[in-house]
Amino acid sequence: MEETKKKSDQSSTHKIGIYLWIWGLLFVLSFFSYLVDWYQFQGLLRWSLILFFMFLKAGLIMAFFMHLYWERYALVNVLLWPMTAIVCFVALMVAEGKYTLFSRLFYFFVGG
Amino acid sequence: MSDPKIEGFELEKGFRGMAKDTGSDQTMFKGVHWGKAMMWIFLLSDTFVFSCFLIAYMKGRASTPAEWPNPSEVFALEAFGVPVPLLLIALMTFVLITSSGTMALAVKYGYERNRKMCGYLILATALGGLTFVGMQAYEWSKLIHEGVRPWENPFGAAQFGSFFFMITGFHGTHVSIGVIFLFIYCYKVFAGHYDEGKRGWFTKMKGDYVEVEILGLYWHFVDLVWVFIFAFFYLW
Repeated sequence: MEETKKKSDQSSTHKIGIYLWIWGLLFVLSFFSYLVDWYQFQGLLRWSLILFFMFLKAGLIMAFFMHLYWERYALVNVLLWPMTAIVCFVALMVAEGKYTLFSRLFYFFVGG
Repeated sequence: MSDPKIEGFELEKGFRGMAKDTGSDQTMFKGVHWGKAMMWIFLLSDTFVFSCFLIAYMKGRASTPAEWPNPSEVFALEAFGVPVPLLLIALMTFVLITSSGTMALAVKYGYERNRKMCGYLILATALGGLTFVGMQAYEWSKLIHEGVRPWENPFGAAQFGSFFFMITGFHGTHVSIGVIFLFIYCYKVFAGHYDEGKRGWFTKMKGDYVEVEILGLYWHFVDLVWVFIFAFFYLW
């Protein structure tokens, strides 16, 4: 209890400017990612832009709105390292998806 | 990087500080409110749930030979007689970001013990969330009228409906729960529970504005998930 009290009594509040900046940036980035669809970019350009804006938005929200940038380093690590497991899972399922598609097409057209 | 300025709990910067924090006796994350740490752990587990949904969607979409419905046509909306692609989704995104911003400010004003500002901003956040849920309900009913079902739809691959209802439904549930808690916390802020240190339900913990930050973490997470859904489901 002592610990938590100390923290909340003098918890550093941040200037309002930083929140407004991040807020504005999020609007602009969302608008850009909407424009990706509006102009119907296709292929590599489309999905690299989508991913770029997505990660930028997610990073801004986590770092500043969720205060992770100011959070204790141990907590930051506990939260972010498990994400690598998700990345591995995605990689596995991309390979699996391709294989499923291949075998479906193969047996549809060539037969068993 | 991290803020080592918590009084009495200074650590060395970077990895060494982290190792000392993790290896220290009795308490990890010293100086971090336990409720906040627990909310983060919960959000981490929730991240895995949403990841599983999105990965399932990716795998389903990648492995079907049938044509996937074009989201920018499926989710188009007529405005003044012209079909605008993704109009409703764009509005929903902006509403959710707006509510995320008001929540961030509510946390800030809470820590400054500005009761009224904090309360009004939480109220604004709750109304934003309510608007979002309303728009989602409209979107669902529109698609259901057009014949989208979990097992079939008139636009293309049959899997589309089940992924759509599952993912947006689960996200919408999170938003709805968030809205309920926002209204409760709005009442608690206006009633001054956090100024007086009034006890909450089921807990001996004295009320404190850190609770507003904990609620804020949840709300920002809901916004965060929407960022990913927007990218993968609606834009891809």
